[in-house]
Amino acid sequence: MNTWITITDRFSRLTERGKDFNRRTRPWRKRIALFLAVVGPGLITSNVDNDAGGISTYTGAGAQFGYTLLWSLIPMTIALYVSEEMCARMGVVTGKGLSDLIREEFGFRSTFFVMIAALAVDLANTVAEFAGVAESSQVLHVSKYIAVPLAAIAVWLLVVYGSYKIVEKIFLVACAFYLSYVASAFLAHPDWLTAAKATVIPSAHFNAPYLLMLTGLVGTTIAPWQFFYLQAGFVEKRVGPRQYKHARLDVLVGSITCMVIVFFIIVCCASTLNAKGLTSISSAAEAAQALVPLAGKWAGFLFAFGLLNASLFAASILPLSTAHVICEGMGFEAGLDRKFKEAPTFYSLYTMLIVVGAGIVLLPKAPLWKILIYSQVGNGIWLPIVLIFILLLINRRDLMGDFVNTWIFNVVAWASSIIMIILTLILMYAAVFEPASTGLSSAFIHRLHWFRSF
Amino acid sequence: MLHATEILGAEAHDSAGNFVGRVKEMFIVPDETPNRISRLLLGRGQYRPLVARYDQIGSVAPGRVQLCAEESALELYQPNEAWLAMRKDLLDQQIIDTNGRKVVRVNDVDMQEHKTNGSVELRITEVGVGLPSAVGRLLHGIVPPMAIRRLQAKLPARSIRWEFVNLIESDPLRRVKLKLSSERLAKLHPADLADIVEELSPAERQSIFDSLDEETAAETIAELDKRLQTQVVEKLDPEKAADILEEMNPDEAADLIANLAPEKSREVLEEMEHREAHEVQELMRFDENTAGGMMNTEIVVVGEDATRGEVVDYIRFHEISLDQLDNIVMINREAVLAGTVPVARLVLSSSDERMGDLAFVPLLSVKTDANENEVYELFDKYNLRSLTVVSDQSRPLGTITVDDVVSRLMAKV
Repeated sequence: MNTWITITDRFSRLTERGKDFNRRTRPWRKRIALFLAVVGPGLITSNVDNDAGGISTYTGAGAQFGYTLLWSLIPMTIALYVSEEMCARMGVVTGKGLSDLIREEFGFRSTFFVMIAALAVDLANTVAEFAGVAESSQVLHVSKYIAVPLAAIAVWLLVVYGSYKIVEKIFLVACAFYLSYVASAFLAHPDWLTAAKATVIPSAHFNAPYLLMLTGLVGTTIAPWQFFYLQAGFVEKRVGPRQYKHARLDVLVGSITCMVIVFFIIVCCASTLNAKGLTSISSAAEAAQALVPLAGKWAGFLFAFGLLNASLFAASILPLSTAHVICEGMGFEAGLDRKFKEAPTFYSLYTMLIVVGAGIVLLPKAPLWKILIYSQVGNGIWLPIVLIFILLLINRRDLMGDFVNTWIFNVVAWASSIIMIILTLILMYAAVFEPASTGLSSAFIHRLHWFRSF
Repeated sequence: MLHATEILGAEAHDSAGNFVGRVKEMFIVPDETPNRISRLLLGRGQYRPLVARYDQIGSVAPGRVQLCAEESALELYQPNEAWLAMRKDLLDQQIIDTNGRKVVRVNDVDMQEHKTNGSVELRITEVGVGLPSAVGRLLHGIVPPMAIRRLQAKLPARSIRWEFVNLIESDPLRRVKLKLSSERLAKLHPADLADIVEELSPAERQSIFDSLDEETAAETIAELDKRLQTQVVEKLDPEKAADILEEMNPDEAADLIANLAPEKSREVLEEMEHREAHEVQELMRFDENTAGGMMNTEIVVVGEDATRGEVVDYIRFHEISLDQLDNIVMINREAVLAGTVPVARLVLSSSDERMGDLAFVPLLSVKTDANENEVYELFDKYNLRSLTVVSDQSRPLGTITVDDVVSRLMAKV
């Protein structure tokens, strides 16, 4: 009897310890926490794609061609996912940023030119983001001379004085604000059946304006700088190969949400502007104003608010990403978790980009449209180079080990890269040589007009 | 002084004046001399490359190497893992500046010529990480070397002396072959070392931990952020991990083990010495966010009647770690907490004074299940440096020290 009590007592103590142990390790809660710890870079990067310029292009696409461009969103999602996933994988496996890897594997000079391109192109893009702020503030009846400096200061303070955790949380909230486009779309009462059909069934139209708009869509959605930001994000979060699955899911969710937002923007414009014959709408702000009589005050307000959010969001990430990329590649210290004194080049570059970017928008007679041409050309030159660097690096077994591309993935990745490269080259050609001949129809010209309206 | 970039790609001629090939790579053989360029790799197009040894080099100038041996005297090139390659292992790679305590990227490598009977030895003096070396890399081959030199002279120099350079090699086997020591790293403050390894990629980090002694590794791991701690420990083999965890404070070790994958934590606990493993397991029973989860069980417990001399002897005899010994815990005859004696008071007292007379009032303690916020409030209110944690029967179990409080609060900011 006594022995029995001792045994049961011992046994119950052991189970007790087991329970305690489990309480400490918390398998399911830990799993969710792990996923949340990884989430961020993919979702944020993909959403920043829908920046001021992007939204103008989507608006134009919807206004001009109605639902007929919606089918391109599915292949674009795949291309976006494939290219971003490679960067995520590289960051997770090597623990190094993209520019670090380019520097170590391709030497100083290649890196230097990639960095110069980054600086020039991103500066032009930053100007575009602040122009987006100016534009949306006009719809909301605020002078751009107040809105733009305020935005610049807010963005600068956030990044310089916020820690990575805080900054990322604010960015995630900004991602949620993109839902205002979903609301606008619902307020516009679109023909959902037609929209759904147009998304699933491809309908090619072989005329120049249509093709150029298609190119514009691809060009604004897949921008070279985003790869650097994405990879740096995963590296800075210290996501290791063990959490690769979470990282991949993050990228997948990001790519899909990004495209879902694009879908709603296009649907909103198609069902209102295009249906009422307002096909020459060339900017998001015009669209917002045109929406008021068609779909109500709130639809227009939400549309403008979405643009403001997108511009602010991209205006804080673009300069940040650029400063990161350049410092990493050139061997300066970088990162939000450092203080100004520890990483002076990083913070100076970041500040310069914001000050110059916002400053140019405030100049009364700035040649904004020229800057836009150069930014587009720069993106065009830069994207193929970056994509090729990525594809070369990801297939290096000494870097990636078993995480190199499978051959199927390689086929998809090379194919989508080559298509993207061809499309951006077309866009570049159109931008430089024939801006007039493409008429008011190209995405590019839309953006030109949008700039000239300042 | 010469730059590595000026010699890489240079034409090499033999003693008869014939063109031999171009310098494709420079090797340092750490086994022989850690700072000497011991071999030059001479590429010859489709022919097998040759190797010129340091005593076969006659003179060196930017873009031109004159050998003091016949071409036929040069050896054919055989790859050797124990040779440190300039282009592959140094240029553009990250190194640790052990003097400046940070990770930097190499732009160029500076060398000094040493004339020894008839030949010239190149000895590495500094590693260029600043603007001049960057300009050199960019303009090399486009602008004549002299013009580059003139430009470089005008720019603010930033370079690291070769003896302060610690190379990073992610392959542990090669690390051994290259004779890379972590001696200098081990001399850094663990907090600085932690900052440095946080910047490296996981593989590089791992190879550094593999090469550190257990004590330094334990101190450094304790300074890492939580995610990294688990990453690093999970990749170590269980035996080494156990040795490192034994060196850590039991409370930190318990937190760390609790965050490991269940499989791994079991392995590590099995490998640990019985006493330490037991202590850690006891601590793991407590929730991380309570006083029990925060406490450190390495404490000195003495009776009220013990004299100062006895206590000092006890501490000496048991080799108790002194870094966090602020207070000595005192118990009465019922083994209930009776007070704490600050070590500072111990210093000033005479050797026959009783602990009961030295004890600090008020008597402060928390129960193991006290919420972490209660702990913070007590520390704040009474300006504590340590606080005793007691069981339900008021028996002392451990102490919470102020460094744990600070790092927890910092994690929340």
